[in-house]
Amino acid sequence: MTTDVGRGHRLRETMTASSDRLVARWGELAAGAVRGRVTTTELERDFHEMFNSLLPVVGDDGSALHETEYTEIKALLANLSRARARQGFSPSETASSVFALKQAVYELTENDEDASLFRDLLAFSTLVDALGLWTFETYAAAREEIITEQSEQLLELTTPVVKLWEGVLAVPLVGTLDSARTQVVMEKLLEGLVDSGSQHAIVDITGVLAVDTQVAQHLLKTVMAARLMGAECVISGIRPQIAQTIVALGIEFGDIVTKATLADALRHAFLRDGVEVVRRTPAAGS
Amino acid sequence: MERVPILSIGDVLLVSIQIDLQDQSAVALQEDLAEKISATRATGVVIDISAVEIVDSFIGRMFATIASISRLFDANTVVVGMRPAVAITLVELGLSLGEVRTALDLERGMRILRSLRADGKGLLGGQDGSVVAAR
Repeated sequence: MTTDVGRGHRLRETMTASSDRLVARWGELAAGAVRGRVTTTELERDFHEMFNSLLPVVGDDGSALHETEYTEIKALLANLSRARARQGFSPSETASSVFALKQAVYELTENDEDASLFRDLLAFSTLVDALGLWTFETYAAAREEIITEQSEQLLELTTPVVKLWEGVLAVPLVGTLDSARTQVVMEKLLEGLVDSGSQHAIVDITGVLAVDTQVAQHLLKTVMAARLMGAECVISGIRPQIAQTIVALGIEFGDIVTKATLADALRHAFLRDGVEVVRRTPAAGS
Repeated sequence: MERVPILSIGDVLLVSIQIDLQDQSAVALQEDLAEKISATRATGVVIDISAVEIVDSFIGRMFATIASISRLFDANTVVVGMRPAVAITLVELGLSLGEVRTALDLERGMRILRSLRADGKGLLGGQDGSVVAAR
């Protein structure tokens, strides 16, 4: 910057002079791009701050984004795209908010014939492009964060260990099983067995869409681990297609008890525990 | 080297492992147990590992070895109180405990031994524990 003091000076002056008008126009243009999901007032408030931190770097062509003078504007843009990512905006909608500034500036300088201003504008355009790309990057990073968070939440949410009866625990599995999830299921189930002193565990896979060799392997491991601890583990809810897949893949369940439905598995546990369920015959007349 | 104490309750031997077993101690335990079963003519062995947090393949195999030794003396072996982490480790190591029975806690382990004895499975003792046939 020190070698080229005059660069961008003219444009910066123009922009500073009509900053309020520029920000207002910018907000107006950007509001059109996000289709009214953010109010113009909100946009203008954000843009005003951004505009002020952008002014010092006007005249640069954005090729040195890692320099310290960009720290502030980069942080602001990162905040913007993170907020947008959480609100469910698309990346183009987010970036076009930034690109809208270009049009606002062009409109401002349209009637100016100054050649140096034209050069400045070209550099400015490159700068805004670079900043736009930066929002893309932070947007992607923010999305990644959200996805990781959600998958962690999902992991917690979808693996409840429920107590069906005194001494009988069940884990209804829903969705797809991968190593990470099976690990969580296994740990939760085994801990549940210890905590409640249950001797029977039922792993219900009615909600599992597909079983491959790996998933089967995980299931077998869970059953074996439960057995090592002195509990009995039954797998229930094997659907017809899955039964076919298991046989076609040649997976051996060995001496592991499998039942068609959760009810059958519960009955099996009752039988092993010597619990009898009796239907009372309704009293005469009722 | 620390030796694991072997307690005798009725005709059951109780081994409660309270330390992180070294290979040497494990070998010593096997020897001690063999001597003790033969001396007391115990009909059951309960190994309580609820305090054990770390196992390796050697310790894992020890359980199976102890069970095989006890079997030769016509005694049943029950491993009780295995922690989830230990169970997962053993499964990941691909170890099966062979003919070792397992139970959630000591009480259930004793119950298993009692019911095995009542069934007369592998035992020649009568219901009241008296020997009805020469061993």
